[in-house]
Amino acid sequence: MKTNDVILQTTTKVVFFIIFLFSIHIFFAGHYTPGGGFVGGLLTTGAIVLLLLAFDLKTVQKALPFNFTIMTAIGLLLALGTAAGSIFFNVPFFTHAFDDFTLPLFGVTSLHTAMVFDAGVFLVVVGAAITIIQSIGGDS
Amino acid sequence: MEFVLLIFLPIVAALFIPFLFRKIKGIHTGWFVLLVPVVLFIYYTTFIKTTMEGGHAISELQWIPTLGISFVSYLDGLSILFSLLITGIGALVVLYSIFYLNRNKEKLGNFYVYLLLFMSAMLGVVQSDNVISLYLFWELTSISSFLLIGYWFTRDGSRFGALKSMMVTVFGGLMMLGGFILLGIMGGTFSIRELIAGSSSFAGHEFFTLALVLILLGAFTKSAQFPFYIWLPDAMEAPTPVSAYLHSATMVKAGLYLVARFTPIFAVSEVWIWLVTGIGLLTLFWGSLFAVKQTDLKAILAFSTVSQLGLIMSLLGAGAITFHVDEALFSFAMFAAIFHLINHATFKGSLFMIAGIVDHETGTRDIRKLGGLMSIMPVSFTVAFIGSMSMAGLPPFNGFLSKEMFLQSMLAIRHFELFNFATWGIIFPVVAWVASVFTFIYSFYFVFRTFTGKRKVGKLPLEPHEAPVGMLISPVILAMLVVGIFFIPNVVGKWLVKPAVMAIQPYQYSHPSEVDVHVSAWHGFASVELWMTAGIILIGGLLYLSLSKWQKFYRIQPESLSLNGLYDATMTFSEKGMNRISRLYMTGLIRTYLLYIFAFFSITTIAMLFLQDAFVVDMSSFSKINAYGLINAVILLLAVAFVLLSKTRLGAIISLGAVGYSVALFFVIFKAPDLALTQLVIETVSVALFLLAFQRLPKLSDHGETKSNKLVNAIIALGVGLTVTLVALSSHSQKLVASISQYYKDTVETEAGGGNIVNVILVDYRGFDTLFEIAVLAIAGIGVLGMIKLRLARKESSDENK
Repeated sequence: MKTNDVILQTTTKVVFFIIFLFSIHIFFAGHYTPGGGFVGGLLTTGAIVLLLLAFDLKTVQKALPFNFTIMTAIGLLLALGTAAGSIFFNVPFFTHAFDDFTLPLFGVTSLHTAMVFDAGVFLVVVGAAITIIQSIGGDS
Repeated sequence: MEFVLLIFLPIVAALFIPFLFRKIKGIHTGWFVLLVPVVLFIYYTTFIKTTMEGGHAISELQWIPTLGISFVSYLDGLSILFSLLITGIGALVVLYSIFYLNRNKEKLGNFYVYLLLFMSAMLGVVQSDNVISLYLFWELTSISSFLLIGYWFTRDGSRFGALKSMMVTVFGGLMMLGGFILLGIMGGTFSIRELIAGSSSFAGHEFFTLALVLILLGAFTKSAQFPFYIWLPDAMEAPTPVSAYLHSATMVKAGLYLVARFTPIFAVSEVWIWLVTGIGLLTLFWGSLFAVKQTDLKAILAFSTVSQLGLIMSLLGAGAITFHVDEALFSFAMFAAIFHLINHATFKGSLFMIAGIVDHETGTRDIRKLGGLMSIMPVSFTVAFIGSMSMAGLPPFNGFLSKEMFLQSMLAIRHFELFNFATWGIIFPVVAWVASVFTFIYSFYFVFRTFTGKRKVGKLPLEPHEAPVGMLISPVILAMLVVGIFFIPNVVGKWLVKPAVMAIQPYQYSHPSEVDVHVSAWHGFASVELWMTAGIILIGGLLYLSLSKWQKFYRIQPESLSLNGLYDATMTFSEKGMNRISRLYMTGLIRTYLLYIFAFFSITTIAMLFLQDAFVVDMSSFSKINAYGLINAVILLLAVAFVLLSKTRLGAIISLGAVGYSVALFFVIFKAPDLALTQLVIETVSVALFLLAFQRLPKLSDHGETKSNKLVNAIIALGVGLTVTLVALSSHSQKLVASISQYYKDTVETEAGGGNIVNVILVDYRGFDTLFEIAVLAIAGIGVLGMIKLRLARKESSDENK
């Protein structure tokens, strides 16, 4: 049975970017307002799932040619590296640092090592979830 | 220099071996490895000067200071002797292996990594002053021995032998750890030196004998004493350099080292002297008796090693007598033990190497196929002859000297008056003499059946010829030592043996020169040992000549009644028994496992809740019910009911999604935006995942469940619901510990520089949790990928024997 999903596909093409940008926003906003790496990652996963529903697995793999397993590994390394980095400054494992910086365009911005850690969380969530979906969905 | 670090030098070197093996193809990896033992050997010889004067050297590396655990390298006469043996024989074995193992065919990377691992472990065993680090290294020797025996892992025999040695030695190691911990409790320290110093205070402690037996179990399993020797013959599946190194010269002597090291603590005990001497003598007799039965060259050597280890063990036991009686009569034993330990390493090492050469050049080790190789392999024959004659205890070889001293010590036991030795002492020299006769027979059997007689042309897989020069260097060096030591026994005694004896008997000697033993080959016609030796040669010679007439009597013993049969039966029994027990509850259905998990969860939690009287409900802290909440609750209940009643799985999944969304709505109502957001997205993604896996699930109706099954399921489901509700209510109302939220509110700006407490908890306050959670998530992802993607590859199953 062939379904007519033109509406779904057309909407998805727009909505995907809205969700994805929203997830990026939520990721960066996380330290002060609701959000964070975990939710952000899940939202991105949701956006990709939407793509998968509207199109098929192969099209999505072509559009997003990432190896999600490696993405998981990178995320894990990033998180672990941030946590372990503090050892080199002679402070206990997992001590975070933050300070305010004046950046062009953004003005005074507070930068955290916690954000790097959160980026790791983001990548692991997306990578692991999509790996699972791809391997289950791609198995015939 | 902190020489404790040198223990780890081989391990550090091992890190580079795989690269050298892969990148530098033209040079045999063994040449690089050879540097390590040579350098260490030269370095350790510099300590001889200190230990000759009765001194020692200490170097320490802290490991877990709060528990009193550290790496301490304590070098006294005994440790130096063993360190020199390990590095010296190690160097010769590595040299030998360069010619034994083909660099194009063998996985040299693996081999030398294991070998270096072993070297570090063994150095650690003999130098550690801390019993816990001693134990660590001890088990590391078992593991590296396991890896080396299983080096040719495609052979059934290798894997079997590796597992057997691991089972036996690790069992002993664990017992020994128990003994160490008891010692630690009694003496209040893990340092061997301090334990020795304070040993008189806990000699009567109730744990004393238990600790003694446990530690002896460790030593007996490692040193292949009766009845644990069964692993050693099977360990002969290892490449011959390994047999020469681990299973004759070094690792199996770790048990002897342990007994020697703990002699000052335990010598006071009657049990110690009886057990060590008795088991040692029994092993000596048993091993020599069964060596004559064997037909494989390496098996003969394995049993002879068992027997010789027993000999040294019994001497260590007899040496402990000096703790009770300070007479010159008994002081021979400990000297003889250490002296024979050196001699055994030299002659047995060379014999193993010759066995390897014969195997390498003729393609077989079966003594029934060999014969008449003397004219083809003259150098090998000479070395084998020297080694065997030394083993048989004939002059002019070093084995003669230590064998005489052994007989002398066994004769002396008759004069020991404590612990019933006066009555039973006569047994010792008699058994020792009988065992020596058999030793004589198997030594002759080994060398003459291989090298003399008629050549059996056509039975050998390869055309025999003499080994390459490089392969002969190591055995020839060892054979020269065998002869050399005979002529300068007192130099060896002064440099190596006496400092070691002093280290074992600190209660008796304070300087090596006080050890009043002078080795001489000739004691005059009046000495009993001389006539015993003459008897050994006479009777042994007669029995050897008539060997073919009585060797068949060995076949009377059925295989199932041997110790090997017992081991096999135990292994099969425990494997089958465990299987049967597992099958009782492992049905292979996830349904069943979930039942166990949920039932266990609710029963234990509810039981604890009421046993600890932890259940509290505090109505006053509840929020007010509003209209939105009420409506949402109704939706939630309806959705749950749909899940239960749904006839199709698709309906159930969608209803489950509705449950999740209404929970998210509750989070909105109670002002938890972070949770609401996460819940919403999670629900979306998990419904999508459910739909993905949906088509693979069996039909909903087809569960094969009966009424009673369903009743059990319902009870457990209700139980879980009840548990969660009760726990939720109690944890909300129970205020044993003040809430931490105020702390978060106070510090979120100042300490963490954030605004959203929920997220700061995730990444900062409780970052560890998140780190482990994402690790679990990643593992789950890789697990799913592995199960699905690798399933196809696994079907083309590879035979492990290929």
